[in-house]
Amino acid sequence: MLEIKNLHARIVDDGTEIIRGLNLTVKAGEVAAIMGPNGSGKSTLSYILAGREDYEVTEGDILYNGQSILEMDPAERATSGIFLAFQYPMEIPGVATMEFLKVAMNEQRKARGEEPLKIPEFLKRVKEAAASLSMDMAMLKRPLNVGFSGGEKKRAEILQMKLLEPKLCVLDETDSGLDIDALKIVSDGVNALRAPDRAFLVITHYQRLLEHIVPDSVHVLYKGQVIKSGDKSLALDLEANGYAGVIGEAA
Amino acid sequence: MNIHTQPQRTPAETALIDAFGDRLSLLPGDGAVMLKRDDAIEAIKHGLPTRRIESWHYTDLRRLLSVVPDFDPTAMAKVFAPIVEGSAVLPVLNGKSDVKVPVLDGVTVQSLSEKLVDGSIAPGLDPYGSDDAIGALNTAFVADGYFVDIADGTELEKPIELQNVQAGGQTHVRLAVRVGAGAKAVIVERQAGDGAALVSSVSQLVLGEGAEVTWLIVQEQPETATHLAQFKAHIGKNAKLTLFVMNAGGKLVRQEVMVKTTGEGADFKLRGINLLAGDTHGDVTMVLDHAVPHTTSTEVIRNVVTGKARGVFQGRINVHQYAQKTNAKMACNTLLLSDDGEFSTKPELEIFADDVVCGHGATVTEIDHDHLFYLMARGVDEKSARGLLVKAFVAEVIEELDDETIVEALEARLDEWFVTHG
Repeated sequence: MLEIKNLHARIVDDGTEIIRGLNLTVKAGEVAAIMGPNGSGKSTLSYILAGREDYEVTEGDILYNGQSILEMDPAERATSGIFLAFQYPMEIPGVATMEFLKVAMNEQRKARGEEPLKIPEFLKRVKEAAASLSMDMAMLKRPLNVGFSGGEKKRAEILQMKLLEPKLCVLDETDSGLDIDALKIVSDGVNALRAPDRAFLVITHYQRLLEHIVPDSVHVLYKGQVIKSGDKSLALDLEANGYAGVIGEAA
Repeated sequence: MNIHTQPQRTPAETALIDAFGDRLSLLPGDGAVMLKRDDAIEAIKHGLPTRRIESWHYTDLRRLLSVVPDFDPTAMAKVFAPIVEGSAVLPVLNGKSDVKVPVLDGVTVQSLSEKLVDGSIAPGLDPYGSDDAIGALNTAFVADGYFVDIADGTELEKPIELQNVQAGGQTHVRLAVRVGAGAKAVIVERQAGDGAALVSSVSQLVLGEGAEVTWLIVQEQPETATHLAQFKAHIGKNAKLTLFVMNAGGKLVRQEVMVKTTGEGADFKLRGINLLAGDTHGDVTMVLDHAVPHTTSTEVIRNVVTGKARGVFQGRINVHQYAQKTNAKMACNTLLLSDDGEFSTKPELEIFADDVVCGHGATVTEIDHDHLFYLMARGVDEKSARGLLVKAFVAEVIEELDDETIVEALEARLDEWFVTHG
């Protein structure tokens, strides 16, 4: 489903190269975990997948279902089924959450050639999804993410993911800022979406999240490259011994 | 050596002076009113204000007012449906009031021409300071409008909508409202039409003790109209005035707001949105006098500028020497969407009292790229995402109004503007 080939990318503003020859393949139905120390390029990778303009791909390619996505803007990527759950979801004053959800869901439907949702059906879906994440509907009456706690913002991200039904879900440190209960709720939300035709790229610092969202593969990112790949036991190994050993091997 | 010469009159100045001569016999008014008119046209004969006049620095009326249309007595203007359903509509069509106005309990309505003929409105025709071009223009030519009196203790359930609808040519209208002690009302001042017009409109409001008024100015002139307007209010003891100004049209627009707190405990809120597109010029100029102790005010202006439009906000707060414990805060935020658009903002605080809290702030920004990315990452295309963010920027001010019906009505006007200019 996702094939990243010899990807090189830099920050547009100052030319700093962050991704330096990254290779990664994720199959449909797979949950791939990306781990790595601070500054290894994990969040950058998530932004590049979503199409953020602050980064420029200088070499290599990203294929999604066999097609390069490099020329697509963030909205086109999103409507083709790529979803990024942000590490720090933005607060957008003045944009009503419900209005935003309706617009976003209907953009997805438009891309699939479907009619816009009728209001009752829309409300039903939002209510169900919110209930499954133990979210209070009153929260959704506020402007988008405004005044939400860190945990509420993460839940709101997963709520959007549920409603938009993407095919490739990129979760950027979704566990950061979550207490144990919230982590469980969010993980259950993600697990409920696991499906043979859907892939996940789960970016995290900690093994903790991977106890709840059990990955099929684990990849260690360091200085903009995948330096080691393995199964879920690799994550346990990293938790026990740190990144030093893996980095030493690669060097 | 300086040689003072009267600069040559512009075609607009000449047209106004000629029009006054032609119209004089048709203008209603007793002796006192006619004297005020003479003074006013004398002021215009000295020339329209230029950028050298401080209060007109960003709106050089002499240069910008290039064409003055003739009066067109045959032009037909039509009443609009009010923005809030069920409002009592008082229309002024092509400068003329309609005597068949609806009657509400506790509300007395007279046509302004009656008040001009009997001279009772004469004191209100005096100019506001020496550079009051809008006041002078209106005083010289005003022929009609309304005088509305809301009796003490009257609480109106539905808004009164004062509609000034032009159909081309010139219209000069005055809307005077007195709100009695303890009365409550929502008043909509609708300024619209479809002609290449010159409109001057002066609104005068007096709030009695403990009165509460929300006054909404909804200006949706076509891009062929010059709209020169003034809103003047006195806020009495413990009275509250919320003035909401929405400028969403016009070629050349200046909305002046002159407000004075005259009784302790008076509170004034100004909320404004200026939507400026194309090759237009929009100016909101406020002069607020905190004239007595213990009065409060807040002013929030949001501007959206696109195309080659130019916008201005001047906000002057005078805190008089005895006006201790004044609390005043002013903010002007602008979203600049094009390279050719511009916005000038000039806050001024003049404080003669020593125990007050006053502050002001101004920002000019572009669309937040992080916000845009977030919305696009959810599949909203760039154009729609920008639209959502721009609307959000101004809708925040509308939503503060706290009255669901009014918020909905104004958001509908906002949507209408975005449909045309999105």
